[in-house]
Amino acid sequence: MAVTETGIPKLDVEGLSLKSVSLWQITWRRLFRRKSAVVGMVILGILIFIALTAQWIAPFDPIQQLIGKEEGIKKRAAPCVHAFGCPMDQPEHIAGTDGNFRDFFSRLLFGARLSLMVGISTVSFAIVIGTILGALGGYFGGWPDNIIMRFMDVLLAFPSLLLAIAIVTVLGPGLINALLAIGIVSIPQYARVVRASVLSVRELDFVSATRALGGSSYQILFLRILPNALTPLIVQGTLGIATAILDAAALSFLGLGAQPPTPEWGSMLGAERNQVFTAPHLVFLPGFMIALTVLSFNLLGDGLRDALDPRLAHLS
Amino acid sequence: MVQYFVRRLLLSIPVLFGILLVTFVMARVIPGDPCRAILGEKATKAVCDRFIHEKGLDKPIHIQFGIYMGEILHGDFGQSIRYGMPVSRLLVERLPMTVELSIAALMVSMIVGIPLGIISAVRHNTWVDVITMVWANIGVSMPVFWLGLMLAFVFSILLKDTPFWLPPSGRVTPGIPNDPFFEVWGLNLPETGVLPSFFYFLSRLNLLNAALTANWELFKDSLTHLILPAMALGTIPMALIARMARSSMLEVLGQDYIRTARAKGLTQVKVIFKHAFRNSLLPLVTVIGLSLGGLLGGAVLTETIFGLSGVGRTLYDAITARDYGIVQAFTVVIAVFFVILNLVVDLSYAYLDPRIKLD
Repeated sequence: MAVTETGIPKLDVEGLSLKSVSLWQITWRRLFRRKSAVVGMVILGILIFIALTAQWIAPFDPIQQLIGKEEGIKKRAAPCVHAFGCPMDQPEHIAGTDGNFRDFFSRLLFGARLSLMVGISTVSFAIVIGTILGALGGYFGGWPDNIIMRFMDVLLAFPSLLLAIAIVTVLGPGLINALLAIGIVSIPQYARVVRASVLSVRELDFVSATRALGGSSYQILFLRILPNALTPLIVQGTLGIATAILDAAALSFLGLGAQPPTPEWGSMLGAERNQVFTAPHLVFLPGFMIALTVLSFNLLGDGLRDALDPRLAHLS
Repeated sequence: MVQYFVRRLLLSIPVLFGILLVTFVMARVIPGDPCRAILGEKATKAVCDRFIHEKGLDKPIHIQFGIYMGEILHGDFGQSIRYGMPVSRLLVERLPMTVELSIAALMVSMIVGIPLGIISAVRHNTWVDVITMVWANIGVSMPVFWLGLMLAFVFSILLKDTPFWLPPSGRVTPGIPNDPFFEVWGLNLPETGVLPSFFYFLSRLNLLNAALTANWELFKDSLTHLILPAMALGTIPMALIARMARSSMLEVLGQDYIRTARAKGLTQVKVIFKHAFRNSLLPLVTVIGLSLGGLLGGAVLTETIFGLSGVGRTLYDAITARDYGIVQAFTVVIAVFFVILNLVVDLSYAYLDPRIKLD
């Protein structure tokens, strides 16, 4: 059976069988054909694995200060692996220790959990609120649309990190407030995406048909119109997770997000940033992990966009 | 064009109004007593009552908003508790640093990003293209604060005692004379007013001031101090610009008129720069405009890392010190600046693509 470039099986002339292929199957196949997307998925898979199993694979408690608990422990010790020639009389810490005698490697592992949670929860929050606002605006039009979209314009008028900082100032520093701030800041982009999709299908025949059949506004909006907004939302959401993780790390770095001793990469980096010249690994590793996580979501998001919208595929 | 300009200008009025409203509401919902926040914990009740009456804080909320709007429109941003001077003065003092840094970062990102994007579009699917795009993907994923610290580590520690050494923090080496150009020129300026403030603002742009006073030692020193922060801040926009330049070029290069131009026998250079590049500019302008907003946000982080007292760093200090006057004023100014930028981007859009004006 001949397979076209899009991955859809061609009509089998002899048997006349036409296997139906769903959009998701096509997307999945296209996604797997893109090297960068596969790389993104592999990195993300490893990170998810680390996040799920952190409590079993981490050699130490990420919050416990090991002073007095372990012989020869030093503050901000360089990475030490016995197998790679580190003297046996020094305690083994794969990524060294931080300024509070904590095992840095364990903290890095637990950081994966927090970062993924941060990214996914803020974006989910923003998507839910953004979808509701965008759908209401797009579907009903008129003054509700005007009010909602002008408000979104105002939110977009602030550089996102600055607005998040301002919101955290009002709410008070802390991880939950930082998440809320980043969530609020990213609402407009989702509202816009959903509104645009709603506007583009609102007047189409299948919507009119549902209306003629006596479908309620609720049915039309949620069962007929919104599914059309799903693909752009998925792409935007995946890329949005990357931005959310970056912004959350930045807030924590500034001391406005996760508070010590929470093992959050941004706050770990912020706590040790003055040590960059004496113990560079304490600054390098958390930042590297942030970059890796963000990279995986960016690669996956780009891959999804190309897979879901083949018109763009030739450009990348 | 004029009609479009006016309409676009009018459309930004509700947004500006919204910005003022949002910052006003934010300042009101900040927990704590405004009187004790400004006059200190020990202020007595009588003093506080008088203060609240003087500031109009006992009036209905919509009248308070009116007063606030009036003050902002008159350029009065109130007093800073921490620095004990008008916020507007502080703004004139600190803004130039951020402007200089943002412009430098944008220059870095455009000078590197655009050619890279064009090269990888022209050499589509070759190793140049692959490397550029891998690098661009990594570039957009970098946390600015981490990149800054790593650059400082590499250029100040690892490359110490080499010609590539760069200073890890600060704006100028202490001791280098930095006299404002209007003093060097012997201009007699009035004490207060818009013009002296503007001149003061210009003189705080170190590179400009150094050039105006022919102080080349200062110029070189400022430049070396600016390189690392500009590189840190410019990397994300650089990667975005490279990606956008590439995809936009690819789209244009695939069009029929490019084939026609090639068929005519035009040189590759002419085809790329005269025919293709101009038409690929449009999406680039958007990306550059949008990056500027990111630059302003990233400036908070970059200035914190490199110990520069610009708007971002001051804003951050004000937040930690609960100096709400500064937070409110600086946020408004940055947001307004951002709105103006977007306006400029939209207008240049209309200029580059005359079809836009029609709808």
